[in-house]
Amino acid sequence: MGEVVIKVNNISKLYRIGKIQRATSFRELLGEAIYTPFRRLKQIFLNKPYHNQVTNEQQEMGDVIWALKDVSFEVKRGEVVGIIGRNGAGKSTLLKILSRITEPTEGYAEIRGRVGSLLEVGTGFHPELTGRENIYLNGRILGMTKREIDRKFDEIVAFSEIGKFIDTPVKYYSSGMYVRLAFAVAAHLEQEILIVDEVLAVGDAAFQRKCLGKMRNVSKEGRTVLFVSHNMAAILNLCSRCILLEAGRIALEGETSKVVEEYLNRATPALTYINLNNVQRDGSGMIRFKHFEVTNDMGEPWLYPNRPAIFKMTLETKAPGISSSSVRIAIGVRSSLGEYVLELQTSFDKYYQNNIFTFPEITTITCTTKQFPLRPGTYYLTLYVDYQGEVCDRIRDAVAVEVRESDYFGTGATLSATQGYYILEQRWEREI
Amino acid sequence: MSLLSNNDPTKSEKSSNSTNDIPTIVIRPTRGLKLLDLREVWRYRELAYFLINRDLKVRYNQTIIGAAWAILQPLAMMVIFTLFFGKLAKIPSEGVPYPIFSYTALLPWQLFSRIISESSSSILSEARLVTKVYFPRIIIPISKAIIALVDFAISFIILFILMLIYGISPGIKIIFAPLFIILLLMTSLGISFWFSTLILKYRDLSHVLPFLIQFWLFITPVIYPTRIIPEKWHILYALNPMTGIIEGFRWTLLGTGKGLTPMITVSVIIAVSLFISGIIWFKQKEGTFADMIGA
Repeated sequence: MGEVVIKVNNISKLYRIGKIQRATSFRELLGEAIYTPFRRLKQIFLNKPYHNQVTNEQQEMGDVIWALKDVSFEVKRGEVVGIIGRNGAGKSTLLKILSRITEPTEGYAEIRGRVGSLLEVGTGFHPELTGRENIYLNGRILGMTKREIDRKFDEIVAFSEIGKFIDTPVKYYSSGMYVRLAFAVAAHLEQEILIVDEVLAVGDAAFQRKCLGKMRNVSKEGRTVLFVSHNMAAILNLCSRCILLEAGRIALEGETSKVVEEYLNRATPALTYINLNNVQRDGSGMIRFKHFEVTNDMGEPWLYPNRPAIFKMTLETKAPGISSSSVRIAIGVRSSLGEYVLELQTSFDKYYQNNIFTFPEITTITCTTKQFPLRPGTYYLTLYVDYQGEVCDRIRDAVAVEVRESDYFGTGATLSATQGYYILEQRWEREI
Repeated sequence: MSLLSNNDPTKSEKSSNSTNDIPTIVIRPTRGLKLLDLREVWRYRELAYFLINRDLKVRYNQTIIGAAWAILQPLAMMVIFTLFFGKLAKIPSEGVPYPIFSYTALLPWQLFSRIISESSSSILSEARLVTKVYFPRIIIPISKAIIALVDFAISFIILFILMLIYGISPGIKIIFAPLFIILLLMTSLGISFWFSTLILKYRDLSHVLPFLIQFWLFITPVIYPTRIIPEKWHILYALNPMTGIIEGFRWTLLGTGKGLTPMITVSVIIAVSLFISGIIWFKQKEGTFADMIGA
């Protein structure tokens, strides 16, 4: 412990987006093909760095983006460090650089020890080959030696629950079997440093739980792990330290719970919303729902159990100036089996009751809950608004909401469908 | 070949560390010339072996005729060439039966064209690997070349059978044959290193390639002997490295042509420079393959 094994020093990565659309015609291609080598040779002889080609003009034109900019941090042996941030913040780019899949534009990194990178499970799997052959192929691709795979082979097969299908070509596998086998190989990597990108998003709930447990063991073995995930529960559960990336820069670094909290506070809702202008509805129409949007605290259009949920709605009224005290808004939640499982209502909130306002023509209201209490599954939301007890607008099952799997108890355990819908934080302890 | 030495200043992996044996990897942008780290390629040989094995297995599992494919292709072409060029066009064949004459050239030609067409698209066809894991990328075109070599070896057996049937013995000169195969590998790999990288950027190059190979066949003495080309053009003709290679290969097996002439020297120079420039170019671009594929 204590020794620095990953040292990242001012790493930046530039992507040229303008370049991508260029030179697809045959004529241009020929011109380029002839011209490029000479330009290249010139650069080689003048010993000019490749990326000096990026001109200020290109930067101004928006042809280039800094996917990472001056990122520096250190990781000590045995640490499990989470990397979080919104899509496009540069998490994957960072992992790709550290896995040596792509090189940085500027800066450098030093890594002490063998690196096992797990950016996608099942890399190099071939459908024509059997499970056994694919274990060896995939293991080798991920950097294991043949001896290591030999030694771990039985363990891998047991973990994957593939059993007797091990000598069947994987093209006959179900997608579940395929993913299980792929993760089983990856989970048995022996490198001192593991770089893991969002691998927990595979398989069914039971297998995800198993994977999370496996990841926890890896960290207990004292290996160093860099872990990228959108699953905050998993991050909180696994990581001792956390790095928050924002637009390619490190926005915050420190103790996981603090960084995650800060990240959740900064998160802005996504742009996805549901237009409610042409749906079946009833009511007087004095007040109507125009848009409705559901996001979790990371701005993604789905929810996680036991994590914040944000419902945002835009209402339009034909009678501006009415008082909010006589307007009641409700969101009813039905399960996929049609049971009414939950209701959110303005009259349930003291804050709303105490902060009376008058409705302008267009109003946007958000309803947030800190811990969405329902187990994973699909739920249907019914939107309801009344004025002095008279129904103004009611849209039944207006929105389908996905509540996704995650480690919501933080223990790896999940609530099965036969155990009800509600997730409740609980404490079990011995009485002294 | 000092160019291929492994004192790479930009991305070094010190395997012997002062304290213990844990290697330190330094990741930094490519600046200036980057050389091929042969030691690293060697460390990843098992991966190359698996890639080759996978491709062979897949091919032989999928096709009914499997290994026979390697034999049938040049054999069929030989029959067609013999019919049209040997019998109908009566192209001279240096005193050896035309079937043997063309087959001896078709073998290296097929090896050449297969390496170019397979290796050139190889980085793109292994895109999933390239964007997900690290390894020396040069392994990919090389393993495709080795697969083509396996087919070549199989069809070589047929050549010996044909020679037996026609009663031709190669003589002592056959010891030079591997030399020409090595030259052929250098030429085709050199071209592949260039193309596999360029194709990432200019995807339509993959349409140009088959045309290029077909054209190339006619400026190479496969169907006809070099003799029918006027002497004064020979040096220019030899700028196509395949000329010297095929001519030389035939010489080692059938004793046709003049053997080690200045023409072959030109071909050797071209082959070696293609190979070395290809490696340098490839290494230069290697660090950004994943970005170019991602586009």
